[in-house]
Amino acid sequence: MTRATLQALLSHWIRNPLQLFTLLAGLALATALWSGVQAINAEAAASYDAAAATLGEGTYDQIVARDGGSIPQETYVALRRAGWLVSPVVEGRLSGVRIVGLDPLTAPGGLGPVDPVDTDIAAFLSGAGQIFGQAEVLAGLAELDAQRIEAPDVAPGTAITDIGLAQGLLGLDGQVTRMIVSPEQPLGRPDLAQVAPDVTVQAAQAGSDLGRLTDSFHLNLTAFGLLSFAVGIFIVNGAIGLAFEQRRPVVRTLRALGLPLRRLMALMALELTAMALIAGTLGVALGYVIASLLLPDVAATLGGLYGQSVSGTLQLRPAWWLSGLAVALLGTGLAAAAAFWRLARMPLLASGQRRALTVVAGRAAWVQGAVALVLLAVAGLLALTANGLVAGFALLGTLLIGAALALPLILDRVLALAEGAARSLRAQWFWADTRQQLPGLSLALAALLLAMAANVGVSTMVSSFRLTFSGFLDQRLASELYVTAEDEAQAEALVAFAAPRTRAILPIQSAEAQVRDLPTEVLGARIGPTYVDNWTFLASVPDPWARIAEGSGVAINEQLSRRTGLDLGDAVQLQGRSFTVAGIYGDYGNPIGQAILTEPVFAGLYPQVTPLQFGLRLDLEDVAALRAALTREVGISEGNLIDQAGIKQFSLDVFDRTFMVTTALNVLTLAVAGFAILMSLLTLAALRLPQLAPAWAMGMTRRSLGVVELVRAVMLAVFTAVVALPLGLALAWALLAVVNVAAFGWKLPMFLFPADYARLGLFALGAAALAALWPAWRLARTPPADLLKVFSNER
Amino acid sequence: MNGKVLILCLLPFTAQAQGFAGLGAEAGDFAVPQPDPQFDFPTDHGAHPDYRIEWWYVTANLEAADGTPYGLQWTLFRSALAPETQAGWNDPQLWMGHAAVTTPEAHFVTERIARGGIGQAGVVADPFEAWIDDWRMSGIDTGQLTASGPDFAYDVTLEATGPLIFQGEDGYSVKSAAGQASYYYSQPFYEVTGTLTLPEGEIEVTGNAWLDREWSSQPLAETQTGWDWFSLSFDDGAKMMGFRLRQTDGADFTSATWIAPDGTATPFNDALAATPLETSDVAGRAVPTAWQVQLPERGVDVTVQAINPQAWMDTSVPYWEGPVTVTGSHDGRGYLEMTGYE
Repeated sequence: MTRATLQALLSHWIRNPLQLFTLLAGLALATALWSGVQAINAEAAASYDAAAATLGEGTYDQIVARDGGSIPQETYVALRRAGWLVSPVVEGRLSGVRIVGLDPLTAPGGLGPVDPVDTDIAAFLSGAGQIFGQAEVLAGLAELDAQRIEAPDVAPGTAITDIGLAQGLLGLDGQVTRMIVSPEQPLGRPDLAQVAPDVTVQAAQAGSDLGRLTDSFHLNLTAFGLLSFAVGIFIVNGAIGLAFEQRRPVVRTLRALGLPLRRLMALMALELTAMALIAGTLGVALGYVIASLLLPDVAATLGGLYGQSVSGTLQLRPAWWLSGLAVALLGTGLAAAAAFWRLARMPLLASGQRRALTVVAGRAAWVQGAVALVLLAVAGLLALTANGLVAGFALLGTLLIGAALALPLILDRVLALAEGAARSLRAQWFWADTRQQLPGLSLALAALLLAMAANVGVSTMVSSFRLTFSGFLDQRLASELYVTAEDEAQAEALVAFAAPRTRAILPIQSAEAQVRDLPTEVLGARIGPTYVDNWTFLASVPDPWARIAEGSGVAINEQLSRRTGLDLGDAVQLQGRSFTVAGIYGDYGNPIGQAILTEPVFAGLYPQVTPLQFGLRLDLEDVAALRAALTREVGISEGNLIDQAGIKQFSLDVFDRTFMVTTALNVLTLAVAGFAILMSLLTLAALRLPQLAPAWAMGMTRRSLGVVELVRAVMLAVFTAVVALPLGLALAWALLAVVNVAAFGWKLPMFLFPADYARLGLFALGAAALAALWPAWRLARTPPADLLKVFSNER
Repeated sequence: MNGKVLILCLLPFTAQAQGFAGLGAEAGDFAVPQPDPQFDFPTDHGAHPDYRIEWWYVTANLEAADGTPYGLQWTLFRSALAPETQAGWNDPQLWMGHAAVTTPEAHFVTERIARGGIGQAGVVADPFEAWIDDWRMSGIDTGQLTASGPDFAYDVTLEATGPLIFQGEDGYSVKSAAGQASYYYSQPFYEVTGTLTLPEGEIEVTGNAWLDREWSSQPLAETQTGWDWFSLSFDDGAKMMGFRLRQTDGADFTSATWIAPDGTATPFNDALAATPLETSDVAGRAVPTAWQVQLPERGVDVTVQAINPQAWMDTSVPYWEGPVTVTGSHDGRGYLEMTGYE
């Protein structure tokens, strides 16, 4: 009996291969999007862990030079000899690789992510030395004598080696970049200031700023993954619902033959589990492909935006492929729950008749409306009060779910109004029939709504961001040519050579400071027309540059203002002197605080800082000549000369690559929503024959019935798009004004891009029309015999 | 990551499997101690980078005003990756310091590891200074000894009241029948005054200390698994150093030096007998913490009892080291070191 039942059940899929495909494809797609995003997140998280293990910033206090420069090695030895248990680190870049030199004997974390058991420490410490890193990093260091050893757990873009070797490679002999402070210190050690007055302790960055920034990025990705999964589940739900509806007669027959309900349900559950596993496996594989395609962009995003290195290659981590399979099973269960419930409640001798769903009405609709209203009210409240990432995402969640729930009710009302206004019988039938079809389509339409709203919201955010960012670049990169000197002597020669050939030479110099416990970069600016003319402030006192130039004022970035609560007129303490905030400027993409002083004041506070980098103002057409002359006459290497156009292009490239991930995910969600519509329509097509047959019998041709189907789908998509636009804009506002401020510390102005929205709307309509085309065509080709059967005795 | 695993990989004398802490290693390119040594002081108080390992080892039996006995240890080990030395991080000389204070109830221990070549650790022969981080021993005849850990510190002065003692044959100390040997001399005549800083506060102490200087490149035979080492100071002014090297075949190799109160040293080979009387459960191992020690030639038959049986050195290479009391044919006190107990 069991075997016969299984055969009977499975034969359905053999007779309906398209349904089988839908089910498997929907589930696989949903799983793929979910597990792909999870894979990216898992890879990034592993990279951060490796970075944290390398550097110990999150775990241990650090000692750094007060002036932000390097520390003489003698200071390290003096501290050790005074009883301070510190470990030296030297850090720098070589051929684009971040070289980290450690002393494994004193480092509290040893060699960080390098497994000591496999390590020949004698070789690490002496002779030509050893360098640990990922394969691509080592490939970039091929010319070194040291033994190169692949270590997958070392942070991407980073190579770990002995401090002695690193000092030599980086040209930092006798210097250390910073020191790690052991958590356990001996009794009776003197104060730091007594031993080494030029260094200062920086507290371990508990839950570092970088962590928060990247958390937000990954939260974004996860939200996308969940959204895609939800859309995918709509598809699966449709496919399963259809299969169960179509198998009603089989079920009735089987049960009439004496098959217990329990066994039938168990067999069907088994069938679905098998399918879920197959589709889940496919989905995980597909997710792997998606992730490996997107990962380089994610890596570029994180590298560009936050300076975090993430490996560009993907590893199979059990965490995400297991979660992918689990999610496939869970999703199938969710999608099939309603079908099973109906099956269990089906009376034994109920007719095998298939029922189309009826108009949304009564209690259920009322409850749904109430929930939607509450969610939207909460969203409204959050919009006014939200402050912080969690509240920001709660706002997004309530907004989206509330809108998705409200959509069928709104559409139902709109259709009812249209029905009332309709004059002709045919129009009345069209509206009424559409209304009746709405419950079957509402899941797919909700998917479309979410996909469109997400598209509108994210593209508004990204485009607003890009506009602001490029304006910001124009402001910040005013100089036509940027030059970095190798040492002070070359800097002097450079200034002497360039002075008669340029309008202005602007030194770029900075020192590290703490302002109200926020790490802050203090800049010394040579105030002149470049600043006065180009610089726009978010808020400022009258004539801010004059205040700064006279030495009493300071300009601070928005991050510093928001995180510390500093406002115009407040006092900022730097090196024991007090300055008044004269202006607050936007500083997009910078995770730390920034403060600008006038050059003479800066030189007084930080006499040890000598500028090696300069911005040169000159006419654009002279840039090429000056570049060549600087290389020839002053010996500046090509790599140390960057023209403004180059930097801007590079920055915008980074930016665009950053958001390619977003674009790709947008397209995918829209595609999935289109697929959902297709599947819903296919499901309904079979069920709706009883409703369409009378219309056909009364004289409508099959062709016009098909056209009506097509028009209906497009029209519903239009209505959905109309609802999606304001929802998307609300989403964009929440992202820019709430989530962004919480995550990054700056607020972005919101711009509108009507052309983009129109294009998106067309895409959505296109997707809906495409999805409806085949069901409509099938309807137009329905054999009249099938339509006649509706009136046969069996029904 | 476990720092200790790293250290175990690191120190060459722990890198081999055989013998305690790999001390049975082959000498390789390193110099090998030869009989009839000619010491040259103060130079030989300094480091001998041609040899694989070397130590400056101070143990002290101290007493507070209330009569409470304390033990103190200060050790600087030198361990070379190659028989050379140079300035900078590339110096193949590595340094490890162990410091401990033992009370009847507690045992405080801490460890430091450093690289040579950059000034963080090293030894200068004249004027004598041996240091790692903030730990220092300065001066051989009159000196200062300091160390600090997370929960203890000490600062004591040493005053030598007798001559240097050369162990074995004029400082050539044979460690096995196969001929492994080290250069080994001691200064057992230090008088000590100073301060211990313990969790309960500062304690003024007085007592005696014993410095061991030893360097070699392969002091143990491959078949030797560990040693039991005694430095005993008797109330009549005589002193005795003795050690028992345990072999895999169950036999022992023993050696002793009898030090008369005037500093006359007499070596004894295979004359010392050291027999465990009882063991204590220390760090999960059975470690003998009471011994019968006999040197019949000098009429010595004493019981050596640990003041604190839990004086376990929980360092990269763990071992037992602590103060002892001596009773029997001679009364006195001393230090006991036991290695290789697994």
